[in-house]
Amino acid sequence: MDGSWMTGRSPQKGSHREEEPPMTTFFACLRIALRALMVNKMRSALTMLGIIIGVGAVVAMIAVGTGAKNRIAEQIANMGSNLIIVLSGSSTSGGLRFGSGTVPTLTVEDAEAISTEIPVVKYVAPNIQGVAQVVYGNQNWSTVVQGTTPEILEIRGWPLASGRSFTQQDVDGAVKVCLLGGTVAENLFGGIDPVGQIVRIKNVPFTVVGVLASKGQSTWGQDQDDLIIAPLSTAQKRLFGTQLPGMVRSITVQAKEAGVMQEAENQITELLRQRHRIGEGQESDFTVRNLTEVMSSAQESADVMSLLLGTIASISLIVGGIGIMNIMLVSVTERTREIGIRIAVGAKSRDILLQFVIESLVLSLIGGIIGIGIGIAGTLILSSFTEWPTLFSIRAIILAFLFAGSVGVFFGFYPARKASLLNPIEALRYE
Amino acid sequence: MDPLIHVQDLVKVYHLGEIEVAALQGISLSIGKGEFVAIMGASGSGKSTFMNILGFLDQPTSGTYLLEGINGKDLSKDKLAEIRNQKIGFVFQGFNLLSRTSAVENVELPLIYAKIPTHERKKEALKALSQVGLEQRGHHRSGQLSGGEQQRVAVARALVNHPSILLADEPTGNLDSKTSVEIMGIFQRLNEEMGITIIMITHEPDIASFTKRNILFRDGRIMDDRKVTPKGLS
Repeated sequence: MDGSWMTGRSPQKGSHREEEPPMTTFFACLRIALRALMVNKMRSALTMLGIIIGVGAVVAMIAVGTGAKNRIAEQIANMGSNLIIVLSGSSTSGGLRFGSGTVPTLTVEDAEAISTEIPVVKYVAPNIQGVAQVVYGNQNWSTVVQGTTPEILEIRGWPLASGRSFTQQDVDGAVKVCLLGGTVAENLFGGIDPVGQIVRIKNVPFTVVGVLASKGQSTWGQDQDDLIIAPLSTAQKRLFGTQLPGMVRSITVQAKEAGVMQEAENQITELLRQRHRIGEGQESDFTVRNLTEVMSSAQESADVMSLLLGTIASISLIVGGIGIMNIMLVSVTERTREIGIRIAVGAKSRDILLQFVIESLVLSLIGGIIGIGIGIAGTLILSSFTEWPTLFSIRAIILAFLFAGSVGVFFGFYPARKASLLNPIEALRYE
Repeated sequence: MDPLIHVQDLVKVYHLGEIEVAALQGISLSIGKGEFVAIMGASGSGKSTFMNILGFLDQPTSGTYLLEGINGKDLSKDKLAEIRNQKIGFVFQGFNLLSRTSAVENVELPLIYAKIPTHERKKEALKALSQVGLEQRGHHRSGQLSGGEQQRVAVARALVNHPSILLADEPTGNLDSKTSVEIMGIFQRLNEEMGITIIMITHEPDIASFTKRNILFRDGRIMDDRKVTPKGLS
């Protein structure tokens, strides 16, 4: 710094005691602070270490937390919004109680009733499903075959990668068509376009009319693309339905909006209890589950986790701040004479205060910058080893940096104030 | 003409726990512009206390002290710092330089607090260093300089802000006799050629003999105050 930054100023004539912008004092203090830190390089580095680790931890922890939150949000978007699933089963037969889905108690008519009688419901898709062997040419693959209606694609917000969806006519006529999930298409067809080809499911030939876009893993780590979707009626008649015609395993319902979820849930329960003639006080033979609720609680726990991680990391940052305070106090004591000289030659309390606060601020900000670098590097290494989803947010990084700065000012203030209040006569005599 | 320094009935009492120690017990004197004064006395005679009050580092218990008509009695700490910065130059026995800092930067120190722009600071500092014959050594760290050179840097620092008075507290106390004479020569030259008012504490009559006026302190009182003919440099 040679003062060239001030070249815009007209040269002063006459007294050189004219007031200068306070920035010069700031830069002078900054230079003094840097000088003091350079003199004790080892000590400065060790003091910074606390802040480096603290900021690094904050950056890394927030990246991990944000990554987890983001993945859950993605999965929620993938699953489709405002979902309610009605599962059949949970019946009692001869004193034996069966869990949800074990016994088909729901019917296609139940699904139709929900669709027509409950106004807050947008789409309804009854499902049956089972595992089946699928063959194309000399390739075979065992996968889940889901029989349902075309609405399922709307409900789950599932676009097609190629071809078309099946239609209501296909369902009505029990036409032997099917949609392949990405994984199935990949395993049976490799690079070939499956649309228009014929696959054999449980030895029944089905024409592939479309391929679903890839959705990836679900929250529970399941491959969502490993399935075949076929018209409900076809699946019932040709694949699984022979023993209990007209029965479905579950009904997927999409409510019109998030606000009517509870209402929809209650109305579905009421309607189905009526239809199944379940008396007051008797247990339902079906289960209604609000999937969005399940997911949002998963998101909440991710939020809590990232808050927790951030808090723990912040504590280490505060501990780093205490380290700064400690060293600054030692430094003030060591430099008592220097402070005495400065006060004697005209430094005001404010000048001394500024000098030491800047020193501590510089320590914490340099530590903060290094900490951000180490936090990012650490996170990248961590996520490359563990495949955890991580996400850096500029906001969090700036926040960590500013937090480090305020830790520096906060913990530097007390020693700086102590320095600024020294009595110059005693300070000059200090050995 | 009003004297530069006017002191009337100055008393300073220290409280050391229960005990009261009267360091100054009624000092009255005037010092005019351009004087070169030695204040002498044994340790405990109150001369350092007097010097601290003259330098606005300490406040008297009672009595008045005016420097160019300014009374420091009711001024704030910051205002006093400003007066020290602009009107007083200090030279200490132990030099009191910042050891890891260059001579120029040491000399600049008062100018930083006077908020002088950087390039002007450097210019003024070099000028002050040349007045003590050290312009060549400006970029040496003060720790690398000899005792005499360090004290000359301290003198330059005291001069850099063009103060009204230069206060020197045992400036030769840490120096050998040859270097002491050198420093006294510088003081004499500054006093003669530039008309700088110098007040110096010393307990060595030899050193005091370089000045124009000797004041003797004992037990917080002035015992003797007389003009002398300064000894020339041999």
